Amino acid sequence: MNSKILSENVIEQDMENSAPLPMTPLQEFWCYFKKNKGAVVGLIYIIIVVFLAIFADFVAPHLPAEQFRDYLLAPPVWMEGGSWQFILGTDDVGRDILSRLIYGARLSLLIGCLVVILSLILGITLGLIAGYVGGIVDNLIMRIVDIMLALPSLILALVMVAILGPSIINAAIALAFIALPHYVRLTRAAMITELNKDYVIASKVAGAGAFRQMFINILPNCLSPLIVQASLGFSNAILDMAALGFLGMGAQPPTPEWGTMLSDVLQFVQSAWWVVTFPGLVILMTVLAFNLMGDGLRDALDPKLKQ
Amino acid sequence: MFQFLLKRFGVLIPTFLGVTILTFVFVHLIPGDPVLIMAGERGLSPERHAELMAQLGLDKPLYQQYFNYLIGIFHGDLGVSFKSQIPVWEEFVPRFKATFELGMSAMVFAVFFGIPIGVLAAVKRGSIFDHTAISLSLTGYSMPIFWWGMMLVMLVSVHLNLTPVSGRVSDMLFLDDSNPLTGFMLIDTLFWGEEGDFIDAVQHLILPSIVLGTIPLAVIVRMTRSAMLEVLNEDYIRTARAKGVSRWRIIMVHALRNAMIPVVTIIGLQVGSMLAGAILTETVFSWPGIGRWLIDSLQRRDYPVVQSGVLIVATLIILVNLVIDMLYGIINPRIRHKK
Repeated sequence: MNSKILSENVIEQDMENSAPLPMTPLQEFWCYFKKNKGAVVGLIYIIIVVFLAIFADFVAPHLPAEQFRDYLLAPPVWMEGGSWQFILGTDDVGRDILSRLIYGARLSLLIGCLVVILSLILGITLGLIAGYVGGIVDNLIMRIVDIMLALPSLILALVMVAILGPSIINAAIALAFIALPHYVRLTRAAMITELNKDYVIASKVAGAGAFRQMFINILPNCLSPLIVQASLGFSNAILDMAALGFLGMGAQPPTPEWGTMLSDVLQFVQSAWWVVTFPGLVILMTVLAFNLMGDGLRDALDPKLKQ
Repeated sequence: MFQFLLKRFGVLIPTFLGVTILTFVFVHLIPGDPVLIMAGERGLSPERHAELMAQLGLDKPLYQQYFNYLIGIFHGDLGVSFKSQIPVWEEFVPRFKATFELGMSAMVFAVFFGIPIGVLAAVKRGSIFDHTAISLSLTGYSMPIFWWGMMLVMLVSVHLNLTPVSGRVSDMLFLDDSNPLTGFMLIDTLFWGEEGDFIDAVQHLILPSIVLGTIPLAVIVRMTRSAMLEVLNEDYIRTARAKGVSRWRIIMVHALRNAMIPVVTIIGLQVGSMLAGAILTETVFSWPGIGRWLIDSLQRRDYPVVQSGVLIVATLIILVNLVIDMLYGIINPRIRHKK
């Protein structure tokens, strides 16, 4: 009895003397993540945009489709003729640009989520199967991946949208499809390195089935590169969605999608710079924020990849 | 080396066949009857409809249509455009020259600025120059280039009036379009045009090249910087320094040559994304290249053009990747000899 208390005391003392308490995985992650200043800035920007998107109904001064016929092409507030009613000005049919951008954030983020989740689920499943089963299945899947990588992604997306018909959901499906090869390759590569490790063999001996091996035993150890890729996939999805919208093959007007807002504005470069400038600036900043955050995630989760 | 090439070609053939299947399936999945689209608003009698279907070979079973298509490809027959009734290949060549000219000058712009900036950023690691280069390259990487194009048009062309807004040459120039010398505007204007024509063509090329070159530039800066940093830490660089080789010579001769290996690869990989970028750039600047040709025919549902156009583009990318692989073997003998 006594000796037990004694030994516990010794252990406690040892811990106090030797090292601080080990950090939880989350704390460790945050410790690395916050070292990258750019990533933190990106994260803050994303949090603000998410907030604006969720509370768009309360934050936006006007409805996105509301047309003010008396204020066509009104300039931003700081210019002569601008008013606080339309902080970033109005477009050619008198819609408030700021409100449209805020509602557009909702769309862009939703599309980003949809694309990333779809391509993650499909990409991981295919990658795991290719890596685990091997042989003909692996060859077949990887050949198809190679073929998809031989086509420029935007052209592939355009053809797919032509098949499905131009709409925002179809564009998202097309973008998820063209993002697949990257996830398949990453998952397969991680799977193959894990496959020969002792724990996998051990659980195989213990009688774990293929499904359990793939999704419960191995997948959690392959997640780091996939999380990084997902963050970069988010920025790609927003960028490509805007490009599709710009080409008239994504969201259809009058949907307040950022790229669609830029589809017919070349005529205003002379008269109304704000119609051209702000939607693109928001796209740039959002994509940049996700790329910055992706870099930070990579530093924190996958130090091997750090360049 | 021969074995290395043979192996690469072996992978090439199934990939090429896969692309033909993919384009064939895709185009047949696009909804709408091609004959009705060809006829346009006029409408057709059922007999005429059946006749046209038979003429185009569309009444045969799908697998037979695919084999006919494949046989056609190997005979150099890529189909005829529904819209213009011109063979696809003949439509492709002049447009490809326009895109090639634009893409090459964009690449020259990206490499010419990208490599020196990347090297300098690596050499002056941690300096203000380094930080600025990294931030700008990340911004360039995140750029929606169609917007960037419009911004440049707005600032440079409209407000400063320095460059023309769109097209390859001014309308005032009278070049014989039907029988061009080479189809490359820079060369044609230089040898054919009057004085000032060449300058005019160059001015038209500047903004589109900057726009299309922005993302490759950003990627090249990043890649050169990180490759240089890695190489500069190697032992042989320290040896060279200990031997008293000048700093300039170490960087330019010893380090840069090895750092170029990943950079060459990344330049090759940019070709594919540049073709995607060409669609957007050509749309903004009304550049008569393959990007705009593809999207126009997609919107018009001109199937032969879409089918063969995508096939040609994919084949080009596959070939470029092959060339890059070969270059890779030349630059880095270790890869060539590896089993």
